[in-house]
Amino acid sequence: MRPSVALLRKDLLLERRAPEAVPAMLLFSLTTFVLFHFGLGRDEVSGQMAAGVLLVTLLFAAILGINRLFVSEQEEGGFDGVLLAPIDRTALFVAKAAGLFLFLSLVEIVAVAAFAILLLGPSPWPALPGLLLTLALLNAALAVVGALVSALAIRTRARDLIVPIVALPLLTPALIAAARLAAPLFAAGGAQALPTKWLAVLALYDLVFGLLAYAVFDFLLED
Amino acid sequence: MYGKGLRALSLATFAALTATFALVFFYAPLDADQGFIQKIFYVHVPVAIVTLCAYVLGGIFAAIHLKTHDRGWDLRSYVVIHIALIFNVVGLLTGAIWAKASWGHWWVWDEPTLVSFLIVFLLFATYQPLRFSIEDPERQARYAAVFAVMAGAFVPLNFAAVRAATATVHPRTFGTTGGGLPSQMAWVFVVAIVAMALLFALMCCYEIAAKQTRWQLRALRRRLLGSDAVAPLGRSAAPALGEPSRSAPRESGRGSYPAEAPS
Amino acid sequence: MSVLFAVAPALPLDEAGKYVAGAFVAFVGVIVIYVAIMGVRLQRMSRELSELHRALEAREQGEAERAKGAAAR
Repeated sequence: MRPSVALLRKDLLLERRAPEAVPAMLLFSLTTFVLFHFGLGRDEVSGQMAAGVLLVTLLFAAILGINRLFVSEQEEGGFDGVLLAPIDRTALFVAKAAGLFLFLSLVEIVAVAAFAILLLGPSPWPALPGLLLTLALLNAALAVVGALVSALAIRTRARDLIVPIVALPLLTPALIAAARLAAPLFAAGGAQALPTKWLAVLALYDLVFGLLAYAVFDFLLED
Repeated sequence: MYGKGLRALSLATFAALTATFALVFFYAPLDADQGFIQKIFYVHVPVAIVTLCAYVLGGIFAAIHLKTHDRGWDLRSYVVIHIALIFNVVGLLTGAIWAKASWGHWWVWDEPTLVSFLIVFLLFATYQPLRFSIEDPERQARYAAVFAVMAGAFVPLNFAAVRAATATVHPRTFGTTGGGLPSQMAWVFVVAIVAMALLFALMCCYEIAAKQTRWQLRALRRRLLGSDAVAPLGRSAAPALGEPSRSAPRESGRGSYPAEAPS
Repeated sequence: MSVLFAVAPALPLDEAGKYVAGAFVAFVGVIVIYVAIMGVRLQRMSRELSELHRALEAREQGEAERAKGAAAR
Protein backbone atom coordinates (compact mmCIF):
# COMPACT_ATOMS: atom_id res chain seq x y z
CA MET A 1 0.00 0.00 0.00
CA ARG A 2 2.69 2.48 0.96
CA PRO A 3 4.61 2.31 -2.33
CA SER A 4 1.36 3.00 -4.22
CA VAL A 5 0.64 5.97 -2.00
CA ALA A 6 4.17 7.27 -2.47
CA LEU A 7 3.94 6.95 -6.24
CA LEU A 8 0.52 8.58 -6.24
CA ARG A 9 1.78 11.47 -4.15
CA LYS A 10 4.63 11.96 -6.59
CA ASP A 11 2.22 12.18 -9.50
CA LEU A 12 -0.14 14.55 -7.72
CA LEU A 13 2.78 16.73 -6.72
CA LEU A 14 4.08 16.83 -10.28
CA GLU A 15 0.67 17.73 -11.60
CA ARG A 16 0.21 20.44 -9.00
CA ARG A 17 3.57 22.02 -9.69
CA ALA A 18 3.28 21.95 -13.47
CA PRO A 19 -0.31 21.28 -14.41
CA GLU A 20 -0.53 19.91 -17.91
CA ALA A 21 -2.92 16.97 -18.04
CA VAL A 22 -5.89 18.39 -16.12
CA PRO A 23 -6.04 21.80 -17.85
CA ALA A 24 -5.60 20.19 -21.26
CA MET A 25 -8.39 17.67 -20.64
CA LEU A 26 -10.62 20.44 -19.35
CA LEU A 27 -10.02 22.77 -22.28
CA PHE A 28 -10.55 19.90 -24.66
CA SER A 29 -13.91 19.10 -23.04
CA LEU A 30 -15.10 22.69 -23.23
CA THR A 31 -14.04 23.05 -26.84
CA THR A 32 -15.77 19.80 -27.69
CA PHE A 33 -19.01 21.07 -26.17
CA VAL A 34 -18.82 24.09 -28.45
CA LEU A 35 -18.12 21.83 -31.42
CA PHE A 36 -21.11 19.71 -30.54
CA HIS A 37 -23.31 22.77 -30.45
CA PHE A 38 -22.33 23.64 -33.99
CA GLY A 39 -22.10 20.07 -35.18
CA LEU A 40 -25.52 19.08 -33.94
CA GLY A 41 -27.07 22.46 -34.65
CA ARG A 42 -28.84 22.52 -31.30
CA ASP A 43 -29.08 25.02 -28.47
CA GLU A 44 -29.79 22.43 -25.85
CA VAL A 45 -29.90 18.68 -25.53
CA SER A 46 -31.73 16.37 -23.17
CA GLY A 47 -32.26 12.72 -22.53
CA GLN A 48 -30.16 10.20 -24.40
CA MET A 49 -28.53 12.83 -26.60
CA ALA A 50 -27.34 14.79 -23.58
CA ALA A 51 -25.93 11.64 -22.06
CA GLY A 52 -24.20 10.79 -25.31
CA VAL A 53 -22.63 14.22 -25.81
CA LEU A 54 -21.37 14.42 -22.24
CA LEU A 55 -20.02 10.89 -22.00
CA VAL A 56 -18.34 10.75 -25.39
CA THR A 57 -16.66 14.09 -24.66
CA LEU A 58 -15.41 12.80 -21.31
CA LEU A 59 -14.21 9.61 -22.94
CA PHE A 60 -12.14 11.46 -25.53
CA ALA A 61 -10.77 13.82 -22.89
CA ALA A 62 -9.76 10.80 -20.86
CA ILE A 63 -7.86 9.47 -23.88
CA LEU A 64 -5.74 12.62 -23.77
CA GLY A 65 -4.90 11.95 -20.14
CA ILE A 66 -4.26 8.26 -20.79
CA ASN A 67 -1.78 9.09 -23.55
CA ARG A 68 0.34 11.07 -21.09
CA LEU A 69 0.06 8.80 -18.12
CA PHE A 70 3.40 6.99 -18.22
CA VAL A 71 5.43 9.53 -20.16
CA SER A 72 7.47 10.66 -17.17
CA GLU A 73 8.20 7.04 -16.24
CA GLN A 74 9.37 6.29 -19.72
CA GLU A 75 11.58 9.33 -20.10
CA GLU A 76 13.05 9.67 -16.65
CA GLY A 77 13.71 6.06 -15.74
CA GLY A 78 10.70 5.47 -13.54
CA PHE A 79 10.18 1.97 -14.91
CA ASP A 80 13.69 0.96 -13.98
CA GLY A 81 13.18 2.50 -10.56
CA VAL A 82 10.10 0.41 -9.92
CA LEU A 83 11.84 -2.71 -11.17
CA LEU A 84 14.86 -2.17 -8.93
CA ALA A 85 13.00 -1.14 -5.79
CA PRO A 86 11.93 -3.98 -3.47
CA ILE A 87 8.26 -3.33 -4.05
CA ASP A 88 5.44 -5.14 -5.75
CA ARG A 89 5.40 -3.87 -9.34
CA THR A 90 1.65 -3.60 -9.46
CA ALA A 91 1.98 -0.72 -7.00
CA LEU A 92 2.78 1.37 -10.07
CA PHE A 93 -0.47 0.28 -11.68
CA VAL A 94 -2.51 1.08 -8.59
CA ALA A 95 -0.87 4.48 -8.25
CA LYS A 96 -1.39 5.39 -11.90
CA ALA A 97 -4.99 4.22 -11.94
CA ALA A 98 -5.76 6.13 -8.76
CA GLY A 99 -4.07 9.22 -10.16
CA LEU A 100 -6.04 9.03 -13.39
CA PHE A 101 -9.25 8.58 -11.39
CA LEU A 102 -8.51 11.74 -9.42
CA PHE A 103 -7.58 13.76 -12.50
CA LEU A 104 -10.74 12.66 -14.27
CA SER A 105 -12.83 13.60 -11.24
CA LEU A 106 -11.26 17.05 -11.17
CA VAL A 107 -11.91 17.55 -14.86
CA GLU A 108 -15.48 16.35 -14.51
CA ILE A 109 -16.34 18.77 -11.73
CA VAL A 110 -15.77 21.67 -14.09
CA ALA A 111 -16.76 19.96 -17.32
CA VAL A 112 -20.15 18.79 -16.06
CA ALA A 113 -20.87 22.27 -14.74
CA ALA A 114 -19.92 23.74 -18.10
CA PHE A 115 -22.07 21.17 -19.85
CA ALA A 116 -25.04 22.07 -17.65
CA ILE A 117 -24.58 25.73 -18.51
CA LEU A 118 -23.78 25.41 -22.20
CA LEU A 119 -25.79 22.55 -23.56
CA LEU A 120 -28.02 20.85 -21.03
CA GLY A 121 -31.70 21.61 -21.32
CA PRO A 122 -33.29 20.29 -18.10
CA SER A 123 -31.99 21.38 -14.71
CA PRO A 124 -28.96 19.42 -13.54
CA TRP A 125 -29.62 19.54 -9.78
CA PRO A 126 -32.03 16.62 -9.46
CA ALA A 127 -29.72 14.55 -11.67
CA LEU A 128 -26.69 15.18 -9.50
CA PRO A 129 -26.61 12.20 -7.09
CA GLY A 130 -27.23 9.68 -9.87
CA LEU A 131 -24.72 11.44 -12.07
CA LEU A 132 -22.08 11.35 -9.35
CA LEU A 133 -22.53 7.61 -8.95
CA THR A 134 -22.45 7.00 -12.69
CA LEU A 135 -19.37 9.12 -13.24
CA ALA A 136 -17.60 7.52 -10.28
CA LEU A 137 -18.10 4.07 -11.77
CA LEU A 138 -17.16 5.28 -15.24
CA ASN A 139 -14.01 6.94 -13.91
CA ALA A 140 -13.04 3.66 -12.28
CA ALA A 141 -13.42 1.89 -15.63
CA LEU A 142 -11.45 4.59 -17.43
CA ALA A 143 -8.74 4.53 -14.77
CA VAL A 144 -8.25 0.80 -14.84
CA VAL A 145 -8.36 0.28 -18.59
CA GLY A 146 -6.49 3.51 -19.22
CA ALA A 147 -3.60 2.65 -16.92
CA LEU A 148 -3.16 -0.75 -18.51
CA VAL A 149 -3.42 0.41 -22.12
CA SER A 150 -1.14 3.34 -21.42
CA ALA A 151 1.53 1.04 -19.99
CA LEU A 152 1.09 -1.24 -22.97
CA ALA A 153 1.40 1.55 -25.50
CA ILE A 154 4.13 3.68 -23.97
CA ARG A 155 6.87 1.23 -24.85
CA THR A 156 5.87 0.72 -28.44
CA ARG A 157 6.86 2.93 -31.32
CA ALA A 158 3.41 4.27 -32.10
CA ARG A 159 2.30 5.15 -28.58
CA ASP A 160 -0.22 7.92 -29.16
CA LEU A 161 -1.77 5.99 -32.01
CA ILE A 162 -2.15 2.73 -30.16
CA VAL A 163 -3.92 4.15 -27.11
CA PRO A 164 -7.16 5.35 -28.74
CA ILE A 165 -7.64 2.40 -31.05
CA VAL A 166 -7.10 -0.13 -28.28
CA ALA A 167 -8.76 1.67 -25.36
CA LEU A 168 -11.93 2.88 -27.06
CA PRO A 169 -13.28 -0.53 -28.16
CA LEU A 170 -12.32 -1.93 -24.78
CA LEU A 171 -14.30 0.83 -23.08
CA THR A 172 -17.41 0.38 -25.23
CA PRO A 173 -19.38 -1.71 -22.69
CA ALA A 174 -18.61 0.87 -20.01
CA LEU A 175 -19.84 3.62 -22.29
CA ILE A 176 -22.99 1.66 -23.12
CA ALA A 177 -23.77 1.20 -19.44
CA ALA A 178 -22.96 4.79 -18.50
CA ALA A 179 -25.05 6.18 -21.35
CA ARG A 180 -28.01 4.02 -20.39
CA LEU A 181 -27.59 5.25 -16.81
CA ALA A 182 -27.29 8.93 -17.67
CA ALA A 183 -30.13 9.10 -20.17
CA PRO A 184 -33.00 9.02 -17.65
CA LEU A 185 -31.10 11.51 -15.50
CA PHE A 186 -31.18 14.10 -18.25
CA ALA A 187 -34.75 13.36 -19.29
CA ALA A 188 -36.64 16.40 -20.50
CA GLY A 189 -39.47 15.92 -18.07
CA GLY A 190 -37.20 15.79 -15.03
CA ALA A 191 -34.67 13.29 -13.70
CA GLN A 192 -35.91 9.74 -13.35
CA ALA A 193 -34.64 6.79 -11.40
CA LEU A 194 -31.40 5.04 -12.34
CA PRO A 195 -31.88 1.67 -14.03
CA THR A 196 -30.11 -0.64 -11.57
CA LYS A 197 -29.39 -3.22 -14.26
CA TRP A 198 -26.83 -0.93 -15.82
CA LEU A 199 -25.30 -0.04 -12.48
CA ALA A 200 -24.66 -3.73 -12.02
CA VAL A 201 -23.17 -4.03 -15.52
CA LEU A 202 -20.83 -1.09 -14.98
CA ALA A 203 -19.78 -2.34 -11.55
CA LEU A 204 -19.15 -5.79 -12.98
CA TYR A 205 -17.07 -4.32 -15.78
CA ASP A 206 -15.00 -2.38 -13.23
CA LEU A 207 -14.48 -5.47 -11.13
CA VAL A 208 -13.56 -7.82 -13.97
CA PHE A 209 -11.19 -5.46 -15.70
CA GLY A 210 -9.75 -4.19 -12.44
CA LEU A 211 -8.78 -7.68 -11.36
CA LEU A 212 -7.58 -8.66 -14.81
CA ALA A 213 -5.45 -5.55 -15.26
CA TYR A 214 -4.01 -6.00 -11.79
CA ALA A 215 -3.06 -9.56 -12.70
CA VAL A 216 -1.40 -8.89 -16.03
CA PHE A 217 0.30 -5.56 -15.33
CA ASP A 218 3.38 -7.31 -13.96
CA PHE A 219 4.12 -8.85 -17.36
CA LEU A 220 4.41 -5.44 -18.93
CA LEU A 221 7.26 -4.46 -16.67
CA GLU A 222 9.42 -7.57 -16.93
CA ASP A 223 12.51 -6.99 -18.91
CA MET B 1 5.28 -31.83 -37.39
CA TYR B 2 1.84 -30.80 -38.41
CA GLY B 3 2.04 -32.45 -41.79
CA LYS B 4 0.63 -35.79 -40.76
CA GLY B 5 -2.71 -34.68 -39.42
CA LEU B 6 -3.28 -32.14 -42.17
CA ARG B 7 -4.54 -34.46 -44.85
CA ALA B 8 -7.06 -36.14 -42.57
CA LEU B 9 -8.18 -32.75 -41.27
CA SER B 10 -8.57 -31.38 -44.80
CA LEU B 11 -10.67 -34.35 -45.87
CA ALA B 12 -12.84 -34.11 -42.78
CA THR B 13 -13.35 -30.38 -43.31
CA PHE B 14 -14.24 -30.83 -46.96
CA ALA B 15 -16.69 -33.58 -46.09
CA ALA B 16 -18.28 -31.54 -43.30
CA LEU B 17 -18.64 -28.44 -45.49
CA THR B 18 -20.16 -30.43 -48.34
CA ALA B 19 -22.54 -32.12 -45.93
CA THR B 20 -23.50 -28.73 -44.51
CA PHE B 21 -24.27 -27.22 -47.89
CA ALA B 22 -26.25 -30.28 -48.94
CA LEU B 23 -28.24 -30.27 -45.72
CA VAL B 24 -28.90 -26.54 -45.87
CA PHE B 25 -30.33 -26.63 -49.35
CA PHE B 26 -31.98 -30.02 -49.48
CA TYR B 27 -32.91 -31.02 -45.97
CA ALA B 28 -33.50 -27.98 -43.76
CA PRO B 29 -37.10 -26.80 -43.82
CA LEU B 30 -38.02 -23.28 -44.85
CA ASP B 31 -38.29 -20.89 -41.94
CA ALA B 32 -41.87 -19.86 -41.20
CA ASP B 33 -41.11 -16.15 -40.96
CA GLN B 34 -38.09 -15.37 -43.03
CA GLY B 35 -38.34 -17.97 -45.75
CA PHE B 36 -35.40 -18.64 -47.97
CA ILE B 37 -33.35 -15.77 -46.51
CA GLN B 38 -32.99 -17.67 -43.28
CA LYS B 39 -30.59 -20.04 -45.06
CA ILE B 40 -27.91 -17.37 -44.67
CA PHE B 41 -28.03 -18.08 -40.98
CA TYR B 42 -26.49 -21.48 -41.48
CA VAL B 43 -23.30 -19.72 -42.55
CA HIS B 44 -23.50 -16.54 -40.49
CA VAL B 45 -24.27 -17.95 -37.06
CA PRO B 46 -21.71 -20.80 -36.99
CA VAL B 47 -19.02 -18.41 -38.27
CA ALA B 48 -19.96 -15.99 -35.48
CA ILE B 49 -19.86 -18.67 -32.80
CA VAL B 50 -16.50 -19.98 -34.00
CA THR B 51 -15.07 -16.47 -34.15
CA LEU B 52 -16.03 -15.55 -30.61
CA CYS B 53 -14.82 -18.86 -29.20
CA ALA B 54 -11.60 -18.44 -31.16
CA TYR B 55 -10.95 -15.02 -29.66
CA VAL B 56 -11.41 -16.45 -26.18
CA LEU B 57 -9.13 -19.35 -27.11
CA GLY B 58 -6.52 -16.88 -28.31
CA GLY B 59 -6.71 -15.24 -24.91
CA ILE B 60 -6.26 -18.57 -23.17
CA PHE B 61 -3.21 -19.42 -25.28
CA ALA B 62 -1.80 -16.00 -24.51
CA ALA B 63 -2.30 -16.57 -20.79
CA ILE B 64 -0.45 -19.88 -21.07
CA HIS B 65 2.37 -18.09 -22.88
CA LEU B 66 2.62 -15.53 -20.08
CA LYS B 67 2.79 -18.28 -17.54
CA THR B 68 5.25 -20.63 -19.26
CA HIS B 69 7.29 -18.14 -21.32
CA ASP B 70 7.06 -20.67 -24.14
CA ARG B 71 6.99 -18.78 -27.46
CA GLY B 72 5.15 -21.70 -29.09
CA TRP B 73 2.01 -20.63 -27.26
CA ASP B 74 2.47 -17.10 -28.51
CA LEU B 75 2.62 -18.45 -32.04
CA ARG B 76 -0.61 -20.38 -31.48
CA SER B 77 -2.28 -17.36 -29.96
CA TYR B 78 -1.20 -15.17 -32.89
CA VAL B 79 -2.42 -17.62 -35.53
CA VAL B 80 -5.75 -18.22 -33.78
CA ILE B 81 -6.45 -14.50 -33.51
CA HIS B 82 -5.32 -13.91 -37.09
CA ILE B 83 -7.66 -16.53 -38.54
CA ALA B 84 -10.46 -15.48 -36.18
CA LEU B 85 -10.15 -11.96 -37.60
CA ILE B 86 -10.69 -13.33 -41.09
CA PHE B 87 -13.74 -15.26 -39.85
CA ASN B 88 -14.91 -12.06 -38.18
CA VAL B 89 -14.87 -10.23 -41.50
CA VAL B 90 -16.82 -13.07 -43.13
CA GLY B 91 -19.32 -12.92 -40.29
CA LEU B 92 -19.79 -9.18 -40.73
CA LEU B 93 -20.18 -9.57 -44.51
CA THR B 94 -22.75 -12.35 -44.27
CA GLY B 95 -24.50 -10.48 -41.48
CA ALA B 96 -24.73 -7.35 -43.64
CA ILE B 97 -26.07 -9.37 -46.57
CA TRP B 98 -28.69 -10.91 -44.30
CA ALA B 99 -29.62 -7.48 -42.93
CA LYS B 100 -30.02 -6.12 -46.45
CA ALA B 101 -32.16 -9.11 -47.42
CA SER B 102 -34.34 -8.88 -44.33
CA TRP B 103 -34.76 -5.16 -43.77
CA GLY B 104 -33.37 -3.45 -46.82
CA HIS B 105 -30.46 -1.80 -44.98
CA TRP B 106 -26.85 -2.96 -45.17
CA TRP B 107 -26.48 -2.36 -41.45
CA VAL B 108 -28.93 -2.58 -38.57
CA TRP B 109 -28.21 -1.59 -35.00
CA ASP B 110 -30.99 -3.87 -33.79
CA GLU B 111 -29.03 -7.06 -34.05
CA PRO B 112 -26.81 -7.38 -30.94
CA THR B 113 -24.69 -10.12 -32.48
CA LEU B 114 -23.76 -7.94 -35.43
CA VAL B 115 -23.06 -4.90 -33.29
CA SER B 116 -20.92 -6.69 -30.74
CA PHE B 117 -19.20 -8.37 -33.67
CA LEU B 118 -18.26 -5.00 -35.07
CA ILE B 119 -16.90 -3.80 -31.73
CA VAL B 120 -14.87 -6.97 -31.29
CA PHE B 121 -13.53 -6.62 -34.81
CA LEU B 122 -12.43 -3.06 -34.13
CA LEU B 123 -10.61 -4.23 -31.02
CA PHE B 124 -8.81 -7.22 -32.51
CA ALA B 125 -7.92 -5.32 -35.66
CA THR B 126 -5.45 -3.44 -33.46
CA TYR B 127 -3.64 -6.66 -32.51
CA GLN B 128 -1.35 -6.71 -35.50
CA PRO B 129 -0.52 -2.98 -35.50
CA LEU B 130 0.30 -3.34 -31.81
CA ARG B 131 2.63 -6.26 -32.48
CA PHE B 132 4.20 -4.48 -35.42
CA SER B 133 5.04 -1.44 -33.37
CA ILE B 134 7.19 -3.44 -30.92
CA GLU B 135 10.53 -4.49 -32.34
CA ASP B 136 12.01 -6.72 -29.67
CA PRO B 137 10.51 -10.16 -30.42
CA GLU B 138 10.26 -11.28 -26.84
CA ARG B 139 8.64 -8.12 -25.65
CA GLN B 140 6.36 -8.18 -28.68
CA ALA B 141 5.16 -11.64 -27.66
CA ARG B 142 4.64 -10.61 -24.06
CA TYR B 143 2.75 -7.38 -24.77
CA ALA B 144 0.63 -9.06 -27.40
CA ALA B 145 -0.20 -11.76 -24.87
CA VAL B 146 -1.29 -9.16 -22.31
CA PHE B 147 -3.50 -7.58 -24.97
CA ALA B 148 -4.93 -10.93 -26.02
CA VAL B 149 -5.80 -11.83 -22.43
CA MET B 150 -7.61 -8.53 -21.87
CA ALA B 151 -9.36 -8.73 -25.21
CA GLY B 152 -10.33 -12.37 -24.69
CA ALA B 153 -11.98 -11.48 -21.38
CA PHE B 154 -13.63 -8.53 -23.10
CA VAL B 155 -15.46 -10.67 -25.68
CA PRO B 156 -18.10 -12.25 -23.43
CA LEU B 157 -18.56 -9.04 -21.43
CA ASN B 158 -19.09 -7.04 -24.60
CA PHE B 159 -21.53 -9.58 -26.01
CA ALA B 160 -23.60 -9.49 -22.83
CA ALA B 161 -23.56 -5.69 -22.58
CA VAL B 162 -24.59 -5.10 -26.19
CA ARG B 163 -27.27 -7.76 -25.91
CA ALA B 164 -28.71 -6.08 -22.84
CA ALA B 165 -28.62 -2.69 -24.52
CA THR B 166 -30.30 -3.72 -27.75
CA ALA B 167 -34.05 -3.73 -27.83
CA THR B 168 -34.69 -6.52 -30.32
CA VAL B 169 -37.88 -5.46 -31.98
CA HIS B 170 -37.44 -8.03 -34.72
CA PRO B 171 -38.17 -11.57 -33.58
CA ARG B 172 -34.98 -13.55 -33.47
CA THR B 173 -34.86 -16.44 -35.88
CA PHE B 174 -33.86 -18.92 -33.21
CA GLY B 175 -36.98 -18.37 -31.22
CA THR B 176 -39.59 -17.75 -33.88
CA THR B 177 -40.95 -21.24 -34.00
CA GLY B 178 -42.17 -20.83 -30.45
CA GLY B 179 -39.50 -21.90 -28.02
CA GLY B 180 -36.55 -23.13 -30.05
CA LEU B 181 -35.55 -24.72 -33.28
CA PRO B 182 -37.38 -27.65 -34.72
CA SER B 183 -35.11 -30.67 -34.59
CA GLN B 184 -34.36 -30.62 -38.32
CA MET B 185 -33.03 -27.10 -38.26
CA ALA B 186 -31.12 -27.83 -35.06
CA TRP B 187 -29.32 -30.76 -36.68
CA VAL B 188 -28.23 -28.67 -39.63
CA PHE B 189 -26.96 -26.00 -37.28
CA VAL B 190 -24.92 -28.52 -35.35
CA VAL B 191 -23.38 -29.87 -38.53
CA ALA B 192 -22.67 -26.34 -39.73
CA ILE B 193 -20.96 -25.40 -36.46
CA VAL B 194 -18.83 -28.53 -36.59
CA ALA B 195 -17.89 -27.77 -40.20
CA MET B 196 -16.89 -24.17 -39.39
CA ALA B 197 -14.89 -25.32 -36.38
CA LEU B 198 -13.06 -27.86 -38.52
CA LEU B 199 -12.41 -25.21 -41.18
CA PHE B 200 -11.00 -22.91 -38.53
CA ALA B 201 -8.74 -25.62 -37.09
CA LEU B 202 -7.61 -26.50 -40.61
CA MET B 203 -6.66 -22.94 -41.47
CA CYS B 204 -4.77 -22.56 -38.19
CA CYS B 205 -2.84 -25.77 -38.79
CA TYR B 206 -2.00 -24.69 -42.33
CA GLU B 207 -0.72 -21.34 -41.09
CA ILE B 208 1.47 -22.88 -38.41
CA ALA B 209 2.79 -25.54 -40.78
CA ALA B 210 3.60 -22.90 -43.39
CA LYS B 211 5.44 -20.78 -40.87
CA GLN B 212 7.44 -23.68 -39.48
CA THR B 213 8.37 -24.85 -42.95
CA ARG B 214 9.53 -21.37 -43.84
CA TRP B 215 11.74 -21.21 -40.76
CA GLN B 216 13.21 -24.60 -41.44
CA LEU B 217 13.96 -23.59 -45.00
CA ARG B 218 15.69 -20.46 -43.78
CA ALA B 219 17.72 -22.45 -41.29
CA LEU B 220 18.75 -24.92 -44.00
CA ARG B 221 19.68 -22.07 -46.28
CA ARG B 222 21.77 -20.54 -43.56
CA ARG B 223 23.64 -23.78 -43.00
CA LEU B 224 24.21 -24.51 -46.68
CA LEU B 225 24.96 -21.10 -48.04
CA GLY B 226 26.17 -19.28 -44.97
CA SER B 227 24.52 -16.60 -42.88
CA ASP B 228 25.10 -13.92 -45.51
CA ALA B 229 22.86 -15.60 -48.06
CA VAL B 230 19.84 -15.27 -45.83
CA ALA B 231 18.32 -11.82 -45.63
CA PRO B 232 17.16 -10.95 -42.11
CA LEU B 233 13.40 -10.99 -41.69
CA GLY B 234 13.06 -7.37 -40.71
CA ARG B 235 10.19 -5.95 -38.65
CA SER B 236 7.09 -8.03 -38.66
CA ALA B 237 4.02 -8.54 -36.56
CA ALA B 238 4.24 -12.32 -36.70
CA PRO B 239 6.28 -14.25 -34.14
CA ALA B 240 9.45 -15.72 -35.60
CA LEU B 241 10.51 -18.70 -33.57
CA GLY B 242 13.16 -20.24 -35.80
CA GLU B 243 15.29 -17.16 -36.20
CA PRO B 244 18.52 -16.55 -34.31
CA SER B 245 17.66 -14.09 -31.57
CA ARG B 246 18.51 -10.53 -32.37
CA SER B 247 19.74 -8.32 -29.58
CA ALA B 248 16.92 -6.13 -28.42
CA PRO B 249 17.43 -2.57 -29.66
CA ARG B 250 16.94 -0.18 -26.81
CA GLU B 251 13.91 2.00 -27.37
CA SER B 252 14.77 5.67 -27.50
CA GLY B 253 14.68 7.55 -24.25
CA ARG B 254 14.17 4.52 -22.12
CA GLY B 255 15.21 4.83 -18.53
CA SER B 256 18.31 6.91 -18.85
CA TYR B 257 19.80 7.97 -15.55
CA PRO B 258 21.45 11.36 -15.21
CA ALA B 259 25.08 11.14 -16.24
CA GLU B 260 27.64 10.63 -13.53
CA ALA B 261 29.17 13.90 -12.42
CA PRO B 262 32.81 14.08 -13.47
CA SER B 263 35.00 13.61 -10.44
CA MET C 1 -47.49 -14.32 -41.38
CA SER C 2 -49.78 -11.66 -42.89
CA VAL C 3 -48.82 -9.28 -40.06
CA LEU C 4 -45.19 -9.74 -41.02
CA PHE C 5 -45.94 -9.00 -44.66
CA ALA C 6 -47.65 -5.83 -43.57
CA VAL C 7 -44.56 -4.74 -41.67
CA ALA C 8 -41.64 -6.19 -43.66
CA PRO C 9 -40.76 -5.17 -47.20
CA ALA C 10 -42.12 -7.66 -49.69
CA LEU C 11 -39.26 -9.69 -51.16
CA PRO C 12 -39.92 -11.94 -54.14
CA LEU C 13 -38.25 -15.31 -53.81
CA ASP C 14 -35.80 -14.91 -56.67
CA GLU C 15 -34.44 -11.76 -55.08
CA ALA C 16 -34.09 -13.56 -51.78
CA GLY C 17 -32.19 -16.26 -53.63
CA LYS C 18 -29.78 -13.60 -54.88
CA TYR C 19 -28.92 -12.61 -51.33
CA VAL C 20 -28.50 -16.16 -50.11
CA ALA C 21 -26.27 -16.86 -53.07
CA GLY C 22 -24.30 -13.71 -52.29
CA ALA C 23 -23.71 -14.83 -48.70
CA PHE C 24 -22.56 -18.29 -49.69
CA VAL C 25 -20.39 -16.90 -52.47
CA ALA C 26 -18.75 -14.52 -49.98
CA PHE C 27 -18.00 -17.43 -47.69
CA VAL C 28 -16.65 -19.72 -50.40
CA GLY C 29 -14.79 -16.80 -51.94
CA VAL C 30 -12.82 -16.22 -48.76
CA ILE C 31 -11.86 -19.89 -48.65
CA VAL C 32 -10.77 -19.78 -52.28
CA ILE C 33 -8.67 -16.66 -51.69
CA TYR C 34 -7.03 -18.33 -48.71
CA VAL C 35 -6.25 -21.47 -50.72
CA ALA C 36 -4.78 -19.31 -53.47
CA ILE C 37 -2.52 -17.49 -51.00
CA MET C 38 -1.41 -20.82 -49.56
CA GLY C 39 -0.73 -22.08 -53.07
CA VAL C 40 1.52 -19.13 -53.82
CA ARG C 41 3.39 -19.68 -50.57
CA LEU C 42 3.81 -23.36 -51.35
CA GLN C 43 5.20 -22.57 -54.79
CA ARG C 44 7.71 -20.16 -53.32
CA MET C 45 8.78 -22.69 -50.74
CA SER C 46 9.22 -25.52 -53.23
CA ARG C 47 11.28 -23.23 -55.45
CA GLU C 48 13.55 -22.38 -52.55
CA LEU C 49 13.76 -26.05 -51.63
CA SER C 50 14.93 -27.06 -55.09
CA GLU C 51 17.49 -24.25 -55.04
CA LEU C 52 18.84 -25.57 -51.75
CA HIS C 53 18.87 -29.06 -53.17
CA ARG C 54 21.00 -27.89 -56.08
CA ALA C 55 23.36 -26.04 -53.76
CA LEU C 56 23.73 -29.17 -51.65
CA GLU C 57 24.50 -31.31 -54.70
CA ALA C 58 27.05 -28.79 -55.93
CA ARG C 59 28.74 -28.82 -52.55
CA GLU C 60 28.79 -32.61 -52.39
CA GLN C 61 30.21 -32.80 -55.89
CA GLY C 62 32.89 -30.30 -54.97
CA GLU C 63 33.81 -32.36 -51.90
CA ALA C 64 33.88 -35.57 -53.89
CA GLU C 65 36.26 -34.03 -56.45
CA ARG C 66 38.50 -32.69 -53.73
CA ALA C 67 38.59 -36.11 -52.04
CA LYS C 68 39.45 -37.72 -55.40
CA GLY C 69 42.15 -35.19 -56.02
CA ALA C 70 43.66 -35.78 -52.54
CA ALA C 71 43.52 -39.56 -53.01
CA ALA C 72 45.22 -39.32 -56.44
CA ARG C 73 48.27 -37.51 -54.94
